[in-house]
Amino acid sequence: MPTETTAPDRLTLAGREYSSRLLVGTGKYKDMAETARAIEASGAEIVTVAVRRTNLGQTPGEPNILDILPPERYTILPNTAGCYDVETAVRTCRLARELLDGHNLVKLEVLGDEKTLFPDVIATLKAAEELVKDGFQVMVYTNDDPIVARQLEEIGCIAVMPLAAPIGSGLGIRNPLNIRTIVENAHVPILVDAGVGTASDAAVAMELGCDGVLMNTAIAAARDPILMASAMRKGIEAGREAYLAGRMAPKRFASASSPMEGLFFQP
Amino acid sequence: MQIIVNGAATEVDDAITMAELIEQLQLGNRRLAVEVNAELVPRSRFPERRLAPHDQVEIIHAVGGG
Repeated sequence: MPTETTAPDRLTLAGREYSSRLLVGTGKYKDMAETARAIEASGAEIVTVAVRRTNLGQTPGEPNILDILPPERYTILPNTAGCYDVETAVRTCRLARELLDGHNLVKLEVLGDEKTLFPDVIATLKAAEELVKDGFQVMVYTNDDPIVARQLEEIGCIAVMPLAAPIGSGLGIRNPLNIRTIVENAHVPILVDAGVGTASDAAVAMELGCDGVLMNTAIAAARDPILMASAMRKGIEAGREAYLAGRMAPKRFASASSPMEGLFFQP
Repeated sequence: MQIIVNGAATEVDDAITMAELIEQLQLGNRRLAVEVNAELVPRSRFPERRLAPHDQVEIIHAVGGG
């Protein structure tokens, strides 16, 4: 918390308030138990899931990801991962809305190629338009391009989520100046989505003024995912507080911290 | 008649309903969503939605993802 006199610092998304600014994915974990423990340690309240074919003819008691995500505790954010065109992205969102009993918050991503997983921004803009018209609340994965970010906001996306670096790369924030420009232009929450590698990357995103960070691999692929989830939580909090505190101006030369007066010798 | 369920050719009774198909696949108590020929079929319409030969049925659920 910043100071005792200020209002609690909350992230508002689609009319709901969240105390955590860390959003996490649920992919790539060893098993469901590890997924649950990592989410718990991260403190995240918004959790992404993917939508895939149901396995047919398999064990009926097979656990499902939604079983470990009670809806009274977590906001489920279904994604369109794996979609490379407008039609499949829109179909995926409609299936997700049905799956989640009309819950209309989605994470839109329309990918451009498998090597980079960079967004196809033209298709992303079209899909966003269609989904907003269809009543969805769209959080959209996009490039770190301030112009595209502005257009996605104009279409009516409720949050714009520029990448820090390619999905799953862990390269950190490759273009902090663009992220800052996107934040400065925005009237909707800006969340860094993808590319964060470690806690300091998350802190940097928050220090740039982002409203939150969405990550998956940085936690799931750590040697100890539970400990990294906790580190990310702290990185997000530290970065946010530093942003709110307002950092000192950097100076080229030194500035002594101890007084020059009262020295008992001649300097 | 033959339909396609999640990409696999499947033999079912003629004019089977979506509710019956879900029952036969033992998916009755699962959280899922369904498309037929790329059109969403709301759960409330499963009992009346009859399938036709060569219909493409997709039955989806949530999985871990980022």
